[in-house]
Amino acid sequence: MPEKTGRTENRPANDTVTFTLNGALRGARMCAPIAASGFAIGLVFGVLARQAGLGAGEATLMSALVFAGAAQFVVMGLWASPVPVATVVLATLIVNLRHLLMGAALAPYFTGLSRLKAYGSAFFMADENWALAMGEFGKGRQDAAFLIGGGLIMCASWTTSTLIGGSLGTAISDPARWGLDFAFTAVFLALLCGMWRGRRDLLPWILAAAVAVAAERWLPGQWYILLGGLAGSLAGVARRAA
Amino acid sequence: MRPEWQTIIAILLMTLATYATRVGGLWLASRLPLSGRVEAWLGYIPGAILVSLVAPVVVSGGLVEALAALAVVAVALKTGNLLASMLTGVGAVLILRTVIG
Repeated sequence: MPEKTGRTENRPANDTVTFTLNGALRGARMCAPIAASGFAIGLVFGVLARQAGLGAGEATLMSALVFAGAAQFVVMGLWASPVPVATVVLATLIVNLRHLLMGAALAPYFTGLSRLKAYGSAFFMADENWALAMGEFGKGRQDAAFLIGGGLIMCASWTTSTLIGGSLGTAISDPARWGLDFAFTAVFLALLCGMWRGRRDLLPWILAAAVAVAAERWLPGQWYILLGGLAGSLAGVARRAA
Repeated sequence: MRPEWQTIIAILLMTLATYATRVGGLWLASRLPLSGRVEAWLGYIPGAILVSLVAPVVVSGGLVEALAALAVVAVALKTGNLLASMLTGVGAVLILRTVIG
C-alpha cells in the first residue's frame, strides 16, 4: 500500500486499518527504548512503594494491573495505614482523565475492529505508545496492533522493574541524576516535530502550551495535561468552524 | 508479608478507574457521528496533548531543560529518528546538569 504523503485530513479509510502480528512487533520494537527508560523509573517506583508500606508483590500487582506511572506515584504520596481507599481511587481517576481524550483520538482507527481487539488494546494504552501510534497512523501506517505491541513491552518492563525495585528495597539513586527523567520529554518533543501539519496547528499548540504551563503552576496534580489538551484541540476546531 | 485485603481492594479499584478512563474516550467517540467537526477535533488532540505534556517541563524547568529541548528538536528535525532524539535529550541533560549544576 502506498504511504500517504500529505496529512491534511485525518479521516482514515476504515477498511485500510489492519491489526496484524507485524504491526504489534513494530510497536514493540519502536517502544523498546522507551520501555528501557521506564525500567529505571519502575525500579524507583518499587522502592518508593516499599517505603510507603506496600509489599513487593502488592506493588508488582499494581504495576501490572494499573500500569499508569503518574497515577501510581501520586497514590504512593497518599498511601497510609489503613489504606484511604476512596482517596486513592479518586486520585487515580483524576490523574488518568487525560486517557479519555487520548482514547477519543484513537476511535477513528479502532471502530472497525472487533470489541476484543479495541478494548483489549485500550488496557495497554499509555502516553508513550499512544503518542507513537498516533504518529504512525498519521503517516498512513494504519496497523492498530501497534498500540498493544508497544503497550505489552512497556507493561512487561514496568512490572518487572517494580518487582526488582520492591524486592531490593534499597535506595536506588535518583533517575534525574542520569538524565532519565528527560527521556519521555525528549520522545514527546521528537514526536511533536513529526506531527506538525502546518500553520493551522500554530494557534492550538500555543494555546495548549500556555494553558498547560499555567495549570501546572496553579492547579494541584495533573490537570494541566487534560486542560491543555482540551484547550488546544477545541481551539483548532473552533477556528476551523469560524 | 501477607497481602492486606484493603491494599488488594484499593489496587483492584484503581485498575477499574484507570481502565474506565482508557476505554471511556474510545467508547464514547466510537458512538459519535463522525461529522467533519468531530473528526477535525480528534485530529487536533494528539498535538495538543503532547504540547501539554512537554511545555511545563521545558518552560518551568530552567536553562538545562530548555537547551536540551532545543537539541532534541534539532536532532528530530534533522534525522527524524526517535531513538537518536531520546538519547540526545538524556545525554544533553546529563552533561548540562554536570556543567551548569
